[in-house]
Amino acid sequence: MIVVRIKDVGDIIKARSAVKDVAEKLGFGIVDRTRISTAVSELARNIYLFAKEGDVQIEELSNPHKGIRITFIDHGPGIEDIDLALKDGWSSSNGMGKGLPGARRLVDLMEIESQPGKGTTVIIEKWLKG
Amino acid sequence: MITQSIPILKLKEFLLVSIQTDLHDRMAEQLQYDILQHISKTGAKGVLIDISALEMVDSFIGRTLADTARMASTLDAEIVIVGMQPAVAITLVELGLSLGDVKTAMNLDEGYTLLVEQLSKNGSNQIESEEKEEVSIDDSG
Repeated sequence: MIVVRIKDVGDIIKARSAVKDVAEKLGFGIVDRTRISTAVSELARNIYLFAKEGDVQIEELSNPHKGIRITFIDHGPGIEDIDLALKDGWSSSNGMGKGLPGARRLVDLMEIESQPGKGTTVIIEKWLKG
Repeated sequence: MITQSIPILKLKEFLLVSIQTDLHDRMAEQLQYDILQHISKTGAKGVLIDISALEMVDSFIGRTLADTARMASTLDAEIVIVGMQPAVAITLVELGLSLGDVKTAMNLDEGYTLLVEQLSKNGSNQIESEEKEEVSIDDSG
């Protein structure tokens, strides 16, 4: 497992590029690599913006799906209402509200666990098809 | 952290920007400011932004590019984004991001042609409206 620590805005690039390398090694095509790194960019930025710091863990999946799993862990303020946060256009940061719902559309699986005041864990997976 | 700056070149009445490095948020914001600053200093009428080397455009970079285009147009300059990779275009749409009415072109050649056409169109519109104004003055007199 590869871990990228997010503390600075430049660390978002580090997370993106680490994920891109793993995805390439696993055999993802250019469009899926772009989808994965864009989703990682959105979710790593959420860590930076809301929790200030956290970790991005990258691992290979083999069963039942071959692919990649990326876990975003922070101990920030958490998300009060996950359903609301997943709504298109809703934003707590005056952004455009594309982060969570947009990232979800780019991957095959997204799971969010959050406790207000304790932190947030987001898991995404992209599976290799065929 | 040291923020690399992206060079902005002047070519006749246009500015040329080629983003050759992975952008983070602060770099994108700095680039926005630098472009507007150059437009205001040089009086450039158009800006070509080449993003062919960008491997991804997320919501922040996309929004910053779209905002820059709107800001430039209030300074009377047109922005054309050229060379977006197909995978980036697919992902942008899936992400739900629209670049709004930002002009795009396949490559630098086409972007340049678009700017030149736009410039001559704006020029002739201006002449037309000036002519109309003269007519109305004649009528009243």
